[in-house]
Amino acid sequence: MAHGPAHGLTRWLYTTNHKDIGTMYLWFSFAMFFLGGIFALIIRAELFEPGLQIVEPNFFNQMTTMHGLVMVFGAVMPAFVGLANWMVPMMIGAPDMALPRMNNLSFWILPFAFAMLASTLFMEGGAPNFGWTFYAPLSTTYAPASVTFFIFAVHIMGASSIMGAINIIATILNMRAPGMTLMKMPLFVWTWLITAYLLIAVMPVLAGVVTMMLMDIHFGTSFFDAAGGGDPVLFQHVFWFFGHPEVYIMILPAFGVVSAIIPTFARKPLFGYSSMVYATASIAILSFMVWAHHMFTVGMPFIGEWVFMIATMAIAVPTGVKVFNWVTTMYKGAMTFETPMLFSIAFVILFTIGGFSGLMLAIAPADFQYHDTYFVVAHFHYVLVPGAIFSITAAVYYWLPKWCGRMYDETLGKTHFWLAFIGLNLTFFPMHFSGLAGMPRRIPDYNPLFANWNMLSSIGSFLFGAAQVLFLYIIIRAIVSGRKATDQVWEGAHGLEWTVPSPAPYHTFTTPPKVD
Amino acid sequence: MLGKSKRLLVLPLHAIMAACLPIAAWATEWPLNMTEGVTSVSREIHGLHMQIFWWCVAIGVVVFGVMFYTIFAHRKSRGVKPAHFHENVTLELIWTIIPILILVVMAVPATKTLVHIYDTDDADLDILVTGYQWKWKYEYLDENGENISFFSLLSTPASQIQNTEEKSEHYLLEVDEPMYIPVNKKVRFLVTAADVIHSWWVPQLGVKRDAIPGYIHEAWTRVEQPGIFRGQCTELCGKDHGFMPVVVHAVEQAEFDTWLEGKRAKAREIAEAAKQTLSFQELYSRGEAVYTKNCAACHLPDGKGVAGAFPAIAGSPIATGPVRDHINRVVNGGVGMPPFGEQLTPVELAAVVTYQRNAFGNNMGDQIQPIDVVNFKQGQ
Amino acid sequence: MEKATRKTVARLTVSAVLMFVAVFTIMPPLYTLLCEVTGLRKVGGAYEAEEIKVDSERWVTVQFVATHNDSMPWDFRPMEFKVRVNPGQKKVIKYFARNNTDKPMVAQAVPSISPFSAVNYFHKIECFCFNHQPLAAGESAELGLEFVVDQDLPKQVSTITLSYTLFDITAQTQSEVAQLQ
Repeated sequence: MAHGPAHGLTRWLYTTNHKDIGTMYLWFSFAMFFLGGIFALIIRAELFEPGLQIVEPNFFNQMTTMHGLVMVFGAVMPAFVGLANWMVPMMIGAPDMALPRMNNLSFWILPFAFAMLASTLFMEGGAPNFGWTFYAPLSTTYAPASVTFFIFAVHIMGASSIMGAINIIATILNMRAPGMTLMKMPLFVWTWLITAYLLIAVMPVLAGVVTMMLMDIHFGTSFFDAAGGGDPVLFQHVFWFFGHPEVYIMILPAFGVVSAIIPTFARKPLFGYSSMVYATASIAILSFMVWAHHMFTVGMPFIGEWVFMIATMAIAVPTGVKVFNWVTTMYKGAMTFETPMLFSIAFVILFTIGGFSGLMLAIAPADFQYHDTYFVVAHFHYVLVPGAIFSITAAVYYWLPKWCGRMYDETLGKTHFWLAFIGLNLTFFPMHFSGLAGMPRRIPDYNPLFANWNMLSSIGSFLFGAAQVLFLYIIIRAIVSGRKATDQVWEGAHGLEWTVPSPAPYHTFTTPPKVD
Repeated sequence: MLGKSKRLLVLPLHAIMAACLPIAAWATEWPLNMTEGVTSVSREIHGLHMQIFWWCVAIGVVVFGVMFYTIFAHRKSRGVKPAHFHENVTLELIWTIIPILILVVMAVPATKTLVHIYDTDDADLDILVTGYQWKWKYEYLDENGENISFFSLLSTPASQIQNTEEKSEHYLLEVDEPMYIPVNKKVRFLVTAADVIHSWWVPQLGVKRDAIPGYIHEAWTRVEQPGIFRGQCTELCGKDHGFMPVVVHAVEQAEFDTWLEGKRAKAREIAEAAKQTLSFQELYSRGEAVYTKNCAACHLPDGKGVAGAFPAIAGSPIATGPVRDHINRVVNGGVGMPPFGEQLTPVELAAVVTYQRNAFGNNMGDQIQPIDVVNFKQGQ
Repeated sequence: MEKATRKTVARLTVSAVLMFVAVFTIMPPLYTLLCEVTGLRKVGGAYEAEEIKVDSERWVTVQFVATHNDSMPWDFRPMEFKVRVNPGQKKVIKYFARNNTDKPMVAQAVPSISPFSAVNYFHKIECFCFNHQPLAAGESAELGLEFVVDQDLPKQVSTITLSYTLFDITAQTQSEVAQLQ
């Protein structure tokens, strides 16, 4: 009897198929990307000119907070999990994830969590307005009533990530095809294996810190309240112990994606595979030792400040090794520049620029002038937008033909790339300057000294947003009426996922392949 | 008269100067870089910043140079055949060790500057800086306890923020009561907060320190030239985080002494003025001015407030209830309402309470004298 | 489910429950023991002053500051603002506090010391910050602090600033408030 996917809505509600779940994660993250993007455009619209024109300062604070939360937890992280779900089993020759029912649960609690989070915008007192980093006591004693729902949503998202990470580790360690040793796995699988360990280590810390907040707000404890013997700075330590590995959680899979795409379009193997693995592991381990570089101005003792400065500078070494390896992969290859390659090359260049501003920020004395200014905003948007987001975009263009069996329109894809590239640079490069000139973060209004840079940023942001609408059109058009794709899709592509038909059958590798 | 050869020099000189004018204007409208500032610390930080920047530029030129070359030269459309090499341990070692050496070179001056910043001892003047939602309080510590303390609030009018008036040069960077410090003296700042976390930053001094409620932290500066230096709060602290700037006037010692003495005299004047009796008219009109400056931003000029956020004064149970409770609310604050007891003088407090009880249709008919406020504050 | 699997699940569940119970019961005393053994952060404890030699060659300035947290309406200020002491010399100073409202209230003073390098060398022998401060309506009090600066205070520190922030904890301490009435 033919056994394919079920029909109707229940197919999606009950599916345990990694491809279905991957698809749901990806569409969900795309929707969240637009939601977070709308919040960003409201911010940039207000910051277009000095003066308050569009929103009240309190609502502006809600926008900056929600933009951060939705993008970090709703767009970037679920997108990478979606890519992992789709690609990891196929890349290691496994029929599905190790724990398919838990996989379903991991996804379905997310729309619930984000519906609750988004609903706080309509609650009395408004949505969370204390920044996505929610420092106490602004987020405890002085928070609006919606903070409790925010805490609940964070717990749910955390549970989703932890369950997903357990699934990934169990799958990769137990279900590789015979002959696929760890050092033969594609780098995307390696980066996700390491990311999954990071998630298991730090998401519980996030759960801990929001639970301490909950206790302080509702149950009379004083973790972060000096009156009862607590310390607001304790919040920052616990939060950033989660927060710093979190940003590496958001970039390590990106490194994996780019390490798959560049060799394909350079028609040359990835340079220095083992170094890439060791560098990724080093970055992950070091990421646990640098958290207080987010806290250089709180008044830490000298030795603490110095140690965190040195450790943060040290992360530049393995990160640099990776960049050099990608460039050397390109070198003496025979490159073509289809859309995935364009996004990947832009990733290498622009992520490196973000890395440079990160190195500048690592210098603790200099950070006294950069901290909480737009210079920091420029840094993290460079590593997140042309970093994480571009890698996700590249991955979608790269693997979409395998997912749905149809090619996207190459001309439109390149158009999307150039619009996004120009838009994001126009948005975020000027922020280096406004930050150095003295503009603080999280302010709805500013002195006319910063006006010209802000106007450029705002124009760029709308261009970038428009480019993403084009992206949506490109994807839908490809799925509905794109040219049929071959199984190989890309001439230089290697890996088990390219040995199955396009579109990939509902069940692949039900018998494990032999890997040599 | 200049000789012929010298006249030839002057012309290009004038041309260069003329060209610099729009560049100077361009530079202020499109500011590119961090300030060098007016202290040794700010200059050291600027130097570090530029040093790391140039290292990054150098590395970027090399890496991006190779990338752009390879994108141009190693493309399939040029008919090249791809190479197969994928490993080289020597190369990996080289590009691991060289960056480590570069980082060591960067770390040495960074450490020196950090040590310098942490040397807070032996100050000539101590100032307690307290962050409030949404203003700063500055208290000059005197060993005899004759501390001078005052609040420093944004003085940009709401009309400029609401775009009904043109913005001034120091829009959002001006305050009613700036901090004065003497030049060439080591000033220590003791930074704390009274509600949430704030952060006190003056870029040209190179000083930024978070203000943590319940905790105190030191920072120091030694300003080398007189001037006015402006900064902002740099830690999200609520609604008006962007509206609580910092302004520091660095002046010669003599001018500082005069200013400090002037502040002491003002404090004595305020204490004296609190003993006077004012007419209803004086209280009402004074109160209206205080209301417009301090209360109207939240409670609105017509006293109607904002439903769900700021209660109306018109018909308010407090403004039409017992006087003592009304004074208590204004002096000590309440839920969501900041206290004004330290920020306004007894005359201003008496005036604004009188105004609120008689304007907006409240018509209570009472008048509150400054001495009533003083007595209230002393628990009588 | 197979019998062997049922046994495994049962064993794992019981172990998990026992682990959690162990954590709840054993960790707090273990934590306190560890703090005592390593000498880390004796939280809020009084300093046991032993026989200390006074270092009369060295003078340290100690200055005192007061902050009100979040519209705390009491008068609260140091009665001495700057003192010069020798390391090893015990000194007593007082803070003045008055409840200016018409209701009884309870306050908590929270100390903070700057610079950080002085924190372990400033010992409070007796401090009003060790206890809650209840005051009836209109009542005032002179609150004492006895302290000693350790002779091992790093050489580069010559000024120590002690700040007290006064918090209103009336809502959290209703039983103490009741005793005032």
